[in-house]
Amino acid sequence: MEQLLRSLIDSDIFVYTVMAALPLLWILPYALFAVWLERKVSAHMQDRLGPMRVGGWHGWAQTIADILKLIQKEDIVPAAADKRLHFLAPFIVFVGSYAAYAAIPFSSAFIGSGINIGLFYIIAVSALVTVGILMAGWSSNNKWSLFGAMRSAAQIVSYEIPSTLALLTVVMLAGTLNLQEINRLQAGGLTNWFIFRKFPFVAIAFVISFVASLAETNRTPFDIPEAESELVAGYHTEYSGMKFALFFLAEYANMFAVSAISATLFLGGWRSPLKKLMSGPVWGAFWFISKGMFFVFVQMWLRWTLPRLRVDQLMYVSWKVLTPWAFACIFGVGLWMVL
Amino acid sequence: MLKYFTDIFRSVWSVLIGMKVTFRHLFTPAVTIQYPDVKLKLPERARNRLYVNMDDCIGCFQCDMACPVDCFKIETVKGLPTEDLGMTSTGQKKRLWVPVFDIDIAKCCYCGLCVYPCPTECIKMTDVYEFSETNRHHLIYNYATMTPAEAAEVRRRAAEHEKEQAAKKAAAATAVKKTPPGSPPVPPAPGSSAPPAPGAPTPPTEPPRA
Repeated sequence: MEQLLRSLIDSDIFVYTVMAALPLLWILPYALFAVWLERKVSAHMQDRLGPMRVGGWHGWAQTIADILKLIQKEDIVPAAADKRLHFLAPFIVFVGSYAAYAAIPFSSAFIGSGINIGLFYIIAVSALVTVGILMAGWSSNNKWSLFGAMRSAAQIVSYEIPSTLALLTVVMLAGTLNLQEINRLQAGGLTNWFIFRKFPFVAIAFVISFVASLAETNRTPFDIPEAESELVAGYHTEYSGMKFALFFLAEYANMFAVSAISATLFLGGWRSPLKKLMSGPVWGAFWFISKGMFFVFVQMWLRWTLPRLRVDQLMYVSWKVLTPWAFACIFGVGLWMVL
Repeated sequence: MLKYFTDIFRSVWSVLIGMKVTFRHLFTPAVTIQYPDVKLKLPERARNRLYVNMDDCIGCFQCDMACPVDCFKIETVKGLPTEDLGMTSTGQKKRLWVPVFDIDIAKCCYCGLCVYPCPTECIKMTDVYEFSETNRHHLIYNYATMTPAEAAEVRRRAAEHEKEQAAKKAAAATAVKKTPPGSPPVPPAPGSSAPPAPGAPTPPTEPPRA
C-alpha cells in the first residue's frame, strides 16, 4: 500500500496523510452500520422490529438521519463546566480509540504502521481513552458524570491486567509484538490459528481477553460507567450534538478495535480459514473485517443477553477469576513450550 | 475451593444458555405491528368516533339527555304543519328541523350511552380512532346538514308561524271573552308564545355554526 501510494505521489506528507485517513474511511461507515445493526439486533432479540421507516428497507438510513440530526443540534456546555476540558474530552476519547487503528493490520498489504511493538502500542495507546473519559466526567461538573468516569477508570485499569496477560500467551507463542508478523505465523488454514494451538490454554486466554475487552469498551455486562438506570448516561451525560456523537463514534470504533485485536491474535487476522483459497490482499481485508464484525456482533449479542454487573461483582470477576486464570494460561503455555 | 470452580462453571454455562435464548429470539417473528400501514382488526363492538346520520335524526334529544359529559349541542325547530320533512329509514315521520347538531368529541368519553336510546338508530360508534387535531376547536364536529341560510329560513318561518298561531289564539281568546261576560278574568298575556319549541326563542341573530 505504501509503495503504491509512493508510486503515485512521492511525498511523505501525502503518503502518511492517506495512510492515516484510510482507517477513518472504514470507521465512519462502519459506525453508522454498527449503530443500525445494534438497534436491529437488540430489537429482534426482544421480538421487536427496530427502526423500519427511514430509507425504506428495514430503516437502513436511520443512523444517517440520526447523525444529520446530531450535526444540527445545539452544542450545550453546562455553565459550571470546565469549558476547555469539556471541549477537549470527546476528541481525546476518539483519538485514543482511533490511534489503536494505526497498528491494526487490515490486510497483508495495509497496516497503518508496521511497528515492531504493535501490540504493546495498541494496549498503551487505548488507555488514553480513560484519560478522555475522566476528563469528560470531571469537566462536566455533574455528579453522575463524575461517578461514571470514576467507575470507568477503575474498570479499565482493572481489566487491562487480565486482558494484557491473556494476550501475552499469544506473544509467548509468536515471539513477537509485531501484529503483521503474528498474522504471518498463523498461515496454513484454520488449524494453525493461535486459538487452536496449545489447547486449551490459548482458547481460555482468548475468552479471558474477550471478556476483558468488553469491560475495556464499557459494553454490557460491564457498562456500569454509563449505567442508564443509575447514572443517566455516565460520563457523557452533559454532552450534546456532535460531541456526544464523537463519544458514540469512539465507543463503536473501540468495539471494532478490540474485536480486531482478538481476531488478529487468536483467529488468524486477515488469513483465510481455507489455506490458500481466497487469500490475497483484498480477500485478506474481507476476512479481517468479517472476523472483526463477527466479534462486534457477539458483543451486541452479549449486551442484549446479560444484565449489568454490580461494582463488587465486576471487581470479583477481574481480580479473582480472570487474572488468576490468565496467569494459569501463561504458566500452561510456558510449561508446554519448555517441555 | 470447589465452590469457586462450580461458580465459574455455572456462570459460563448460564451465559451460554442466555445467549442461546437470545439467539433463538433473533429469528422469532416480531410481534410489532407496523401501525399506520398495518392495523389490528378492532373488536366488533369497539367504541370510537361517533357518527350521526342526520337523514334519520328526528331531533328527540335522547342522546343529549343520556350523555354524561354534555358533549352535544342540538337545536331543533318545529316544522310547519304544511311542510313535509320526510320519513326516517325506520319509518318514523320527522317533525323537527335540526339546524344544529354538534358533538364536542374532545369531551366525549366513548361510553356509548347515547347510542342505545336513539329511537331511529341514527347515532352510532364507528371504527375510526385517528382524529387528532392541532386545534381543539376542530374537535367540535358539526353533523347538521342544513346550510346556515336554510337554518335561518326555517327559523324565520317557524317564528312567523308561531306568531300567527299566537295571534290566532289571542283573537280566539278575546272572542271567547266577549261572548260570556261573567266569566273569570283571564289575563290576556299579550305576547305569550306559551310552549315554544326549544329552538324557537333563539333569535336568528346568533350566528349559526357552519
